[in-house]
Amino acid sequence: MYQYDDFDRAFLDERNRQFRHQVERRVDGSLTEDEFRPLRLMNGVYLQLHAYMLRVAIPYGTLRSDQMRALADLAERWDRGYGHFTTRQNIQYNWPRLSDIPDMLDHLATVGLHAIQTSGNTIRNVTADHFAGAAADEIADPRPVAELLRQWSTDHPEFQFLPRKFKIAITGSPNDRAVTRSHDIGLRMIERDGEAGYEVLVGGGLGRTPLIGQVLRAFLPKADLLPYVEAILAAYNAAGRRDNKYKARLKITVLEGGLDAFRAAVEAEFPARRAAFTGVDQQLLADITTFFAPPAFRDADVGLLHTARAVDPVFRAWTDTNLHPHRRADHAIVTISLKAHGATPGDATAEQMRAMADLADEHGYGELRISHEQNVVLPHVPADALPALHRALKAHGLATANVGLASDIIACPGMDYCTLATARSIPVAQAIALALQEREAEVGQLKIKISGCINACGHHHVGHIGILGLDRAGVENYQITLGGDGTERAAVGERTGPGFPADRIVPAIERLIDAYLDLREGADEPFIDTYRRVGMDPFKAALYDHAEDTADAA
Amino acid sequence: MSRRSFAPKVVTANHLLDGDVVYLSATGEWVRDLARAELIEDEAHAQIRLLDAERQKNVVVGPYLADMAPTGDGPVPTHFREAFRASGPSNRPEHRRAPPAPATPDPIVAPRDTVRQQDRQTEGAL
Ligand code: HEM
Ligand code: SF4
Repeated sequence: MYQYDDFDRAFLDERNRQFRHQVERRVDGSLTEDEFRPLRLMNGVYLQLHAYMLRVAIPYGTLRSDQMRALADLAERWDRGYGHFTTRQNIQYNWPRLSDIPDMLDHLATVGLHAIQTSGNTIRNVTADHFAGAAADEIADPRPVAELLRQWSTDHPEFQFLPRKFKIAITGSPNDRAVTRSHDIGLRMIERDGEAGYEVLVGGGLGRTPLIGQVLRAFLPKADLLPYVEAILAAYNAAGRRDNKYKARLKITVLEGGLDAFRAAVEAEFPARRAAFTGVDQQLLADITTFFAPPAFRDADVGLLHTARAVDPVFRAWTDTNLHPHRRADHAIVTISLKAHGATPGDATAEQMRAMADLADEHGYGELRISHEQNVVLPHVPADALPALHRALKAHGLATANVGLASDIIACPGMDYCTLATARSIPVAQAIALALQEREAEVGQLKIKISGCINACGHHHVGHIGILGLDRAGVENYQITLGGDGTERAAVGERTGPGFPADRIVPAIERLIDAYLDLREGADEPFIDTYRRVGMDPFKAALYDHAEDTADAA
Repeated sequence: MSRRSFAPKVVTANHLLDGDVVYLSATGEWVRDLARAELIEDEAHAQIRLLDAERQKNVVVGPYLADMAPTGDGPVPTHFREAFRASGPSNRPEHRRAPPAPATPDPIVAPRDTVRQQDRQTEGAL
């Protein structure tokens, strides 16, 4: 895994020293809030509804066990004993005191973590497939490229004041687990005639104008990546609208000017950019790649796994949902669900973080990942270690067998924490998870995603069932969308009709589930496929036959 | 000048050091308990109090006027956002700073579908 060198460390120390002084000057009154706000945002510090919030980047979702322990330390020493993993492979602390944040950042720096560019109109944390480097279906590990992008974008002088924030995601697998089509730039590592390269997507995004990314370049040779991405950023920096915050993202530039015009601007910029790169980036990439060498896998006895499955139905259920095929037949990728029924999606206590770090050391070569679905992943677990791992997870309340099921819900913080929220999000997720718990195994694969406002941090547009919380005349109202998809079959969900008040949203979701179970052709037709086959109408009927349940129907 | 009625207000902000929700009291202190906030029923006075608050740049962040309803127990929020600010996050009761304020929406519960529940019981009996 990537280890900071002296340059990285010196940069981070200097940056943290600067921020410490900025905080001191804010506290003693020499800086006003207007002066301080952009500085704190550059360092991941927000002011939320009840307190400050510190957002720490987990670059491309990859963590070592010592880094996970440091995250636990922060939760315990400077926060309220827990942290919240988010859809952008970050962790958020909800209760830090302003004057403690410099100490938190210094502690993070000891393990090579930081909060830089987790906010502001900059290039944000580069996200990647959370199964990167482990999945059986992977063409190439995207993390070295993500690290190259991180190094290139961090403090890049040209791109510190973009028209708006800028998000890049990368996947090395044809099965898109990184939602690349909803990012400003989505990169898909591909091969053409034996040559490695990228498919470059641009203009994706969620929020108030959800758009699916479009192909800007069907095949970009590997060596051209940085100059090409730089050309995209330069073209956007020049053309992106700065007059209207809601029209400032790249997706709007592409939408308004057209993909062809944007492509022409990028291609015009590209030759000069490419000439400026002398190949040093490819040398750097080669160096970085050595840090991502796979661990020294041991051979594992698969028989033990199958014996355990046969005798222990709880273990069997967990292996059915929480495992994913590993590139080695005698290993598995384990997803640790942070979605215990009725709990806050994505929250983990300091004790749980330490337990996961210890289990990563004991059974998983010390490696962890954070998924955009707000779960933790042990990417490399030998098959014969799975029963012991499962037992240990159970002891820490971490063995919920629901990955990919109805209760594996993405939910943004919503009105419980977020200043921008128009409605609650977490309590809706909690209630739905409890309501569907008993029949979710029967229901099968289903992605429910909930946002507490139009900014769509909860990815509701790409949920099979999306829920958006709004404020209708001072009352919470929940809009439902169906048919969204964040994978390689990306689609934006379609609104069903009028929204539902808070006390009717859970029954509404239950009716959708009832309808699906009636409509599906068999247990192997997941919700999304049934929706694609039968369309909106039968689901609409199921929702609105009870017309008294909607607020707007009154 | 318009004579439309003025909704009573309190001055609220977040505390600079810990970010906690605070309210301006009649005696000019920043208090954490909404019941002790000054309920302002006059528009001109509200603007003056807001200016007072805005001058205290080293004590609070982002002061603004929030609508409240008068009660025997002091001001209470009229909008659920202010109710959440007054009482804290609803998903973690241990982090509540005050009992839920009157405008707090009800907890979202998972209502058990009674019909299906009965079906299950019948099945179990068979
Ligand atoms: C870490 C690697 C592995 C994992 C996570 C794994 C997981 C599973 C799972 C989830 C099933 C249940 C499938 C179902 O019920 O439809 C299963 C069944 C089976 N697996 Fe594996 N497996 C692994 C490796 C292997 C290997 C290497 C072999 C053969 C050498 C194997 C042979 C079988 C067989 C024969 C079955 C069907 C019998 C049964 O349900 O117990 N597995 N495995
Ligand atoms: S979607 Fe809205 S409510 Fe949810 S975290 Fe984002 S900004 Fe806040």
